[in-house]
Amino acid sequence: MDAPQLIKVTIDGREVHVPPGTTILEAARQIGPEVAPPAMCYYKPLKGSGGKCRACLVKVTQGSEKDPRPMPKLVASCITGAQDGMVVENYTNPEVVNARNGVVEFLLINHPLDCPVCDQAGECHLQDFAYENGLATTRYEEERRTFDREDIGDKIQLHMNRCILCYRCVYTANQITDRRVHGVMYRGDHSEISTYIHQAIDNDFSGNVIDVCPVGALTDKTYRFKSRVWFSKPVDAHRDCDKCCGKVNLWYKGDEVIRVTARKNQWGEVEDFICNTCRFDKKQTADWVIEGPTKVSRASVISANKYGKNVIKKTGFGLEYAAHHYKPIDDTRPYDKNLKEIKQSEDYKALMEKNEAFFSKK
Amino acid sequence: MLNTREMIAFTEDRLARAQEIIAQYPEGRQKSALLPLLHLAQEQHGWVSAKVMDYIADMLGIQPVEVYEVATFYTMFHLEPVGKHVIEYCRTGPCCVVGGEGVYDHLKERLGVSANQTTSDGMFTLKEVECLAACGWGPCFQIREKFYMHLDNTKVDQIIDELSK
Amino acid sequence: MGLKILTEHIDKPGIETFEVYRKHGGYTAVEKALKKMAPDEVVEEVKKSGVRGRGGAGFPMGMKWSFLAKPEGVPRYLVCNGDESEPGTFKDHFLMKTIPHLLIEGMIVSSYALGAHKSFIYVRGELMYVIRILEKAIAEAKAAGFLGKNILGTGYDLELVVQPGGGAYICGEETALLESLEGKRGNPRNKPPFPAVKGLYESPTVVNNVESIANTPWIVNNGGDAYAAIGIGRSTGTKLISASGNVKNPGVYEIVLGVPVEEFIYSDEYLGGIRDGHYLKAVVAGGSSVPILPAHLILKTANGENRLMSYESLSDGGFATGTMLGSGGFIVMDETVSVVRNTWNFSRFYHHESCGQCSPCREGTGWMEKVLERIVHGHGNERDIDLLVDVAKRIEGNTICPLGDAAAWPVGSAIRHFRDEFEWYVRHPEEATKKGAVYMPQNVLV
Repeated sequence: MDAPQLIKVTIDGREVHVPPGTTILEAARQIGPEVAPPAMCYYKPLKGSGGKCRACLVKVTQGSEKDPRPMPKLVASCITGAQDGMVVENYTNPEVVNARNGVVEFLLINHPLDCPVCDQAGECHLQDFAYENGLATTRYEEERRTFDREDIGDKIQLHMNRCILCYRCVYTANQITDRRVHGVMYRGDHSEISTYIHQAIDNDFSGNVIDVCPVGALTDKTYRFKSRVWFSKPVDAHRDCDKCCGKVNLWYKGDEVIRVTARKNQWGEVEDFICNTCRFDKKQTADWVIEGPTKVSRASVISANKYGKNVIKKTGFGLEYAAHHYKPIDDTRPYDKNLKEIKQSEDYKALMEKNEAFFSKK
Repeated sequence: MLNTREMIAFTEDRLARAQEIIAQYPEGRQKSALLPLLHLAQEQHGWVSAKVMDYIADMLGIQPVEVYEVATFYTMFHLEPVGKHVIEYCRTGPCCVVGGEGVYDHLKERLGVSANQTTSDGMFTLKEVECLAACGWGPCFQIREKFYMHLDNTKVDQIIDELSK
Repeated sequence: MGLKILTEHIDKPGIETFEVYRKHGGYTAVEKALKKMAPDEVVEEVKKSGVRGRGGAGFPMGMKWSFLAKPEGVPRYLVCNGDESEPGTFKDHFLMKTIPHLLIEGMIVSSYALGAHKSFIYVRGELMYVIRILEKAIAEAKAAGFLGKNILGTGYDLELVVQPGGGAYICGEETALLESLEGKRGNPRNKPPFPAVKGLYESPTVVNNVESIANTPWIVNNGGDAYAAIGIGRSTGTKLISASGNVKNPGVYEIVLGVPVEEFIYSDEYLGGIRDGHYLKAVVAGGSSVPILPAHLILKTANGENRLMSYESLSDGGFATGTMLGSGGFIVMDETVSVVRNTWNFSRFYHHESCGQCSPCREGTGWMEKVLERIVHGHGNERDIDLLVDVAKRIEGNTICPLGDAAAWPVGSAIRHFRDEFEWYVRHPEEATKKGAVYMPQNVLV
């Protein structure tokens, strides 16, 4: 059998060859994180996810080799199939940057921004997304929508205020567990994740909704307020489990296992879901075979122990952003003229030479 | 003694109708009957409780949460008990252009309740709804299946008087 | 009076019954199509007619039909969209309740053309009385041998099912409608796949508006060319216009596409003009989602030509100075109507009706409503106006379905054409919020 013909896609000027049927987002991920669009609702292991958050909007400037017309609107890259010869602009397109900036703003207007007391902080996709694509200020002056906290079972807590309605937990319950008891109730911005009649999510695999949740809406009650994520150390470990793969991350604070999660890939996605026994009941080192420290990206908050400029993975974005927001210096303005004069002066030149000498010695 | 099961179940003729409805859809697509059955249940009980939704889920062989999700999405289903007559008043643009807001104020005053409230005698529940597709005949409201159109204050009074009897 | 295709017999007493409808030439199209035409020939006539979707988007119906995938052994479905919920539009309501058999005849002809054997009429749940009228009519048609097994002895089988909605504007969007018909929340689907490939029950499906389908019997009887000869340019045939607002004779009118807007508003044959003692201020020409136009731009285009009731003429000037024919919901406002208040009202509508699936629409519609509510109640500030424009822009085009656009356009256009009125609200709140206050710039009154 012949290998399937690959198609060529160009994203932010970089080419990649992928099998037909690959989405733009998956093609971009093959190139690398610097061109991969952010995804808040799309989750590769969950069938049917994607298309909702609009974080991954991109501009298709050339539809395909055969039909080079650009697509009139921005498209959600997670659900749009790549075509042979397609040219996509992501971080290099101001329209995309602006729309994405808008998505951050929309997702945040009703978000409580309670990161200081949220267990998800540090591994929150909304934090990363806002940090990389948003503004530091808000234009929203209206009242925020609020919901009551809800316990869905003794191990999982639902903070609906933080939810961005990605539907991932609904897909998880549909696809990983044998019976779904929670869902999205009501509609519009009154939509909420709920069981409607206040029942517990009682299922061997229910804990996975915590891992798929991109924000702090579904959190592990056994881990509640135990530590900030960046003060704990993740370790790869496994055990023989009759229900699941048994491959996990143990999160240590000192000698204590404070949390067990499924392992996530580079894109924050769980590929092997774990059972509740592994997650909630096995919190002794003796329960596990330790493989070694989890590889954590150097740019991650967890490596850096804090939020800092390292967290910005996409350096290109900053430059793009600056280019769009700063006007070039107008040389006719008097102080610029002064600067020009100063730069030509002998004193200045001497100073520069001195500096040069100093730094070259070092 | 009535058991709750009997109070929740469809009456005999409605059960027959429900089965007729379910049979309309291709094999394996019985979930399509959900909206019609919710309407049928509301017709019987005046509103749809969680127990009633569980009953419908059971009838269609689906999870109860699938019914809750749907019933809460659509605005026609009353998720709490309502008065004898539910007045669903159109508050959308075209009706307002022809004086809908003034008539609505009068109606509220007349009933002594505001939106989503029931009169103390349990006769009327007032709900605000969006466009009822009767814009050229507005202002309008709907009580159950009946449309009341070209409303003005006098007409509203007459209707309330009539229904209060 | 112009030519009537849909409403010719609408005034005949008893037209809602099979007997009377049949007496006035009803169901002859079924006889002609099933007995004398191949399905593809019916599709061909509809293509030739150039009839465009009457639900709002105006996509050529014949072309939509020709996209329908026809894989072997997979059923195909025709679904009629009777979820009419666009504010200002009530033509389908009117058509279905007065002459239900016209729709049923159209459904039979169209289902035959598409090779569907089970077709659905999805009617918004609020119109339960209309659903009962349709169900009665279907029973009559079935008794007369026009529905069911082996129709008229031709071997063609068709079942018609009337499906009630549950109160959701979004179900007028075709993929949300299909979700709803499958017993789910009315969340629009991601496209592709389009319904023509994967629609109802994952089968190829065509979704058409009530009025579109009601046109097919006439097209079958008289031919696509005859239909295409009516109207103007690519706006062929007649269109039902739902007229509401401050006119003398609101109601549903069947017009030949191409009638001048001025004639439509002022002639006694149609709306009879603005109510006495008042003046035309603005018109929303195609249902609440299309851009609102001030009087001078609805009557004449920016080039000074007469504006006509047609797809092309109404959209002349793009969104800068034009609008859209949309669903034909023609809302007329006189000088007593506050455009700001009306924009808030529409905004509240879209906020209420957003399904909540995608973030720009879910969050943006609520935001716009809240800002507009503040402005209307005298708590707005100058910044809010530009904020609204920007929020609208960030919703538009970035959502899963067109509800985002529908929510953005009324806000954007109202500020574009009536900015001075918005400014009046934020600069003189005491004056603007007084009961009965009317803002009256001289240049927009006709």
